[in-house]
Amino acid sequence: MAAQNFRHALFCAIVTLIIAYPILGLNLEARGIDITLTGADTFTVVMVFIAAVVVFAFQLFRDGIMETFKSLPGLRSGGAHKEPMAENRRARIESWVITGIVVLALFWPFFVSRGSVDLATLVLIYVILALGLNVVVGLAGLLDLGYVAFYAVGAYTFALLSEYLGVSFWLALPIGALLAALFGLVLGFPVLRLRGDYLAIVTLGFGEIIRILLNNWTSLTGGPNGIGGIPDPTLFGMEFGRRVKEEGNVSFHETFGIAYAGEHKVIFLYLIALVLAVFTALVIRRFMRMPVGRAWEALREDEIAARSLGMSRTAVKLSAFTIGAFFAGFAGTVFASKQGFISPESFVFLESAIILAIVVLGGMGSQIGVILAAVAVTILPELAREFSEYRMLIFGAAMVLMMVWRPQGLMPMRRIHIELKGQE
Amino acid sequence: MSEALLYFIQQLINGLTIGSAYALIAIGYTMVYGIIGMINFAHGEIYMIGAYTALIAITGLATLGVTWLPLVLLVALVCAMIVSSSMGWAVERVAYRPVRGRHRLIPLISAIGMSIFLQNYVHLAQGSRNIGFPSLIEGSFRFGSPENFQVSLSFIQITIFITTLICMTALSVFISRSRTGRACRAVSQDLGMASLLGIDTNRIISATFVIGAALAAVAGLLLGMYYGSIDPLFGFIAGLKAFTAAVLGGIGSIPGAMLGGLILGVAESMTSGYLSGEYKDVISFSLLILILLFKPTGLLGKPEVEKI
Repeated sequence: MAAQNFRHALFCAIVTLIIAYPILGLNLEARGIDITLTGADTFTVVMVFIAAVVVFAFQLFRDGIMETFKSLPGLRSGGAHKEPMAENRRARIESWVITGIVVLALFWPFFVSRGSVDLATLVLIYVILALGLNVVVGLAGLLDLGYVAFYAVGAYTFALLSEYLGVSFWLALPIGALLAALFGLVLGFPVLRLRGDYLAIVTLGFGEIIRILLNNWTSLTGGPNGIGGIPDPTLFGMEFGRRVKEEGNVSFHETFGIAYAGEHKVIFLYLIALVLAVFTALVIRRFMRMPVGRAWEALREDEIAARSLGMSRTAVKLSAFTIGAFFAGFAGTVFASKQGFISPESFVFLESAIILAIVVLGGMGSQIGVILAAVAVTILPELAREFSEYRMLIFGAAMVLMMVWRPQGLMPMRRIHIELKGQE
Repeated sequence: MSEALLYFIQQLINGLTIGSAYALIAIGYTMVYGIIGMINFAHGEIYMIGAYTALIAITGLATLGVTWLPLVLLVALVCAMIVSSSMGWAVERVAYRPVRGRHRLIPLISAIGMSIFLQNYVHLAQGSRNIGFPSLIEGSFRFGSPENFQVSLSFIQITIFITTLICMTALSVFISRSRTGRACRAVSQDLGMASLLGIDTNRIISATFVIGAALAAVAGLLLGMYYGSIDPLFGFIAGLKAFTAAVLGGIGSIPGAMLGGLILGVAESMTSGYLSGEYKDVISFSLLILILLFKPTGLLGKPEVEKI
């Protein structure tokens, strides 16, 4: 046994060296048309060898290490001995905490810098997106890798409507969302019959098709140059710019007799995003408790059983897909308005992958978890700028590790249930 | 011959070249799917790593002053195959084996994570800019009169055909004759039963990943030379195309992957030849969607019966 372990460990260490050394230790550099090969600095090489040694040691003593892990108290069975809080009490506490956070979020932007409010708006856009994707992936179990396409539909709807027809933000918001939902419906209708992994690929292909079309339909979308000059939202006809752009509107600062400040617009956008995020969360929460929400989960858990109970597979899946797309359209409209400029660059596959990573890390199906993950995933790279280029590397690794060790996510979903008291 | 016909023949040659390379990558998807029923999303990245390793080996040999072409190609090929296979083995071990047999979504998400990880691994180590790949094999046969359109069949295209042919033949012989190949077929028919009969299924699954990765590395070297440049993202689209090829031919079927690759390559080069180069990706994705909708088993695939 020991000899076999040793051979296996040696093999693993050699593989580690083979996959790490050529890529990390030998760097290709292009100088004009010549390519030269330079060895990496000593630190990298040493790290590669240390990694190999660590792998060797781990594989050699694998069984022992695994035993220690299992016997560590509180790691695996964390909190299992604790009496779970009563369901209604927990729900009450939760709702108080959430109300508190929302109220705090309402007043918070008036006391901080413009940059952080802008970032917070972006966070909220991701919250909306993640909540929407959570319906599709987390609840209905449909892996949608082209979610960003619906986001693009929302954003481009607003941009095009405002450019060609002069439509305002408030009118474009429902139109963008509905159009995105329509796209979801039209795409979903044929593809939802497919099995899980095929569905993933088809949605991925669809997302790419949308992006390529946006990129090449230059006469309509401006191609890679994108569309600029997207108007800001107005508050009952009041504009937030220094000067009024449109006939019949008044400016916000003149109406209230206060000095003009660029922050007003940013804060207003933030508040819109906040309201929409809360709206999204509440609507989806309702859906989760409705029969259709139960049906999503039933279909995710066991399709055959659900169908044999008389559920229409297409209708249930389609509703999840459409609702997810609807909220992506919302987020897209807000995004277009926030940036004032959009181009196909903002809607690449990576964006879909980030949203998926948020849902997976937060815990598929769990709303609180997804919201927290959206906040963390968007803010952390801003806080640690020097690590920002490692962001996607860490996301990728986190997705794998999460699936291996904790597929239910950091804050797993809790099923809403009723407990009967005093009965055996 | 008329000019239109010559133009058509040129597109056909280009399409078959790309298509046979797609077929090499598609083998990895189709074998893995045939055995454990999952899409190995990171396969495109393995192919990309193969191309990078080959380029590193070629550049290294040039620095050492080795210029004898067959030797350079052989060393690059062997290095790429070794690194890619190790990568394929490690990926299966780290990201797929622990989640095998769980809910369908879980291995898939794990695979997407792995794909993102590998992309950024190469991106961070080798930079994100695309880097020139020496074509090594220069020259071409030309047909047709010099003043009109000339069909060119470059030596690199011939190399791609021949290499693909050799790899496919070797693979077919391996699968149908060798002991491991027979075990592979048994495992893909019924994993549980094969393991009851004393086949080390874990080893066979690892072997599948290794074989697929090695073939992807061959494609990496060939397509790197053909396109003339590589970057860390170029595995993603190629992987998607190869997956399309695998589905088109019937996923799980090795001749199907070959057929699907060729059809896809020709469809693509016809689109860029007669419509516009920008839309060739749209065509292949649309083809994928249509195939999945109307004939999910592909051209040569066997229908899958869902058991309760």
